[in-house]
Parts: sequence; structure tokens; C-alpha cells
Amino acid sequence: MPHDNHDHGALSPSGHPYRKDDDNELNYWQMMEIAVRELLIEKGHITAAQVHNQINAMDARSPANGAKVVAHAWSDPEFKSALLADAGQASRDMGFDIGPMHLIAIENTESVHNIVVCTLCSCYPRNLLGLPPDWYKSRAYRSRIVIEPRKVLSEFGVEIPQDVQIRVHDSTADMRYIILPAQPAQTMSLSEDELAYWVTRDSMIGVGLPQAPK
Amino acid sequence: MKVRVHNHWPPGHIRTPSYLRGKIGEIEREIGLFNNPEQNAYRLLPQKRHLVRVRFTMEEIWGDAAETPDDVIEAEIYAHWLEPA
Repeated sequence: MPHDNHDHGALSPSGHPYRKDDDNELNYWQMMEIAVRELLIEKGHITAAQVHNQINAMDARSPANGAKVVAHAWSDPEFKSALLADAGQASRDMGFDIGPMHLIAIENTESVHNIVVCTLCSCYPRNLLGLPPDWYKSRAYRSRIVIEPRKVLSEFGVEIPQDVQIRVHDSTADMRYIILPAQPAQTMSLSEDELAYWVTRDSMIGVGLPQAPK
Repeated sequence: MKVRVHNHWPPGHIRTPSYLRGKIGEIEREIGLFNNPEQNAYRLLPQKRHLVRVRFTMEEIWGDAAETPDDVIEAEIYAHWLEPA
């Protein structure tokens, strides 16, 4: 029995290994951030509470915001047109505080499937969807999705037929992108609130499709 | 309209991905005027540059190695990186 002997030093009383403390030294940029933040607070330009509130505001943003936008577009053709014309303004009109973000919505159709990437860094519509998933920032995703998007999609469990064109949108500059997935046929009678549960984060990046809520 | 991305390799904060330099694409839409990041990144007074979305075929970018030649990549490119093709 693992708990009977005492030479297992690395296990907690509940039998799990202790997680190593994060004792790594600060890197250059972490040190820089702390120094600049402390100076700004010391000189009275901002307060620690303001910094913390801003972090909380970003953490409060989530893919659920984007799901509401997509569900609204599925339910209201006029809103859908407005969203495709100016996704930033349409999101603000729904009440989302997306700051100065320039947003473009791109529609998936029977003949086109769209995917978003930022090959240069990690541009993502954070002001609407919150922080990006870790894989979105990985070198593997950023390099492979522009070379072999169909293979990458298949690893996400999505197979796109050869007669559907794939369009990969590289967020190289000032715009951010949200994919408007095609509405699943079996959801046509659902309410807007119900529809929002079908819209996954990955379907708004283009590496997934809408899914029935579990 | 067909455009070719300059095949230039200057140092600095360049938002034109290397895999698109020298490639020919079609303007998908014009987005408007934005600060030139090549100046903005260094706190120089940035000039406004036209930003356009350009659509490239996988065949144009990757040649025979393209996974599906007719699939496309769209990217935002500042107009001073483009010339008529």
C-alpha cells in the first residue's frame, strides 16, 4: 500500500505528489512589467486597484459573449447583416464593452470554411472572447494552420469535404476576427438563448463546429 | 485587383509575414487608414497607411507542396508593401 511506508517523501497525506513550487527567477519582461507598474503607481498615474480591476474585467470576458453574438446573428437576419458589415459596432450595439477593438466577422457557408490564426504573434479578439486558448499561441498551430489546415482540423476532429474551400485568416495587423459558424439544421426551432449554448469557442476560431450542449 | 507583396527583408517591426513576401494575391477588401506599425513600434510619429486584406491561393504560396491548391489564405497587408501585379 502506498500509504504504509514512509520512504515516499514526495507524496502528500492524500497520496498525491507535491506540486513543485514556482521558484523560477523573474524573466526580463516580468521584471520590466513590475518596475513600470510600480513606478506608475508611485507617481500617482494609476492605482493598484485600477490595475486589478482591469485584470478582472479581462478575466470576466469569455467565449459566452461571442456565443451570444453568434446566436443573435442566427436569429435575426438584420443583425447578421450588421455584424458582417461591422462586427465591432454590432457587438457594441449588443452591449459588449470591447474597447477600441476592430472586429471582422466572417461567415461559414456551404462552400467556405474559415479559420483564424495569428502567425506573427497571438492576436485574438480578447476584448470579446477573453484570453485565447494556449494552443492558439503555440508555434505548432501558428505555423501548421497556414501550411496544412485540413490536417490540423482533422486533429481537432473536424473533417472538411474537399469541395468546401478553406480560408485561413491571418490576423497580421489591426483587425481581429470572429467566425460566424453555419447554424446546424437541427437547431432551427430553438430560441436565441438556447442557440447560444451550441456555439463553442472553437467554432468561433474555426477549428470546431457548433455542438449540442452536453 | 491583383497585387504582389514586396520581397523586401528590412529589419524592424514588420507586420508582413515572411511566407507572403513576393507572392501575388487578390485584394479582398480595403479596411482603411491605420498607423504604420514600422514607425509606431519605435515611438516614431506614425504615418497613416492604407490597410488592405489580400487573398492568396495555397498554390501561389506553397506551389506543388500545397495541401489543397484552391484553399486560400487572407492577410492584412499595408499598402506600402504592395505593387500592382
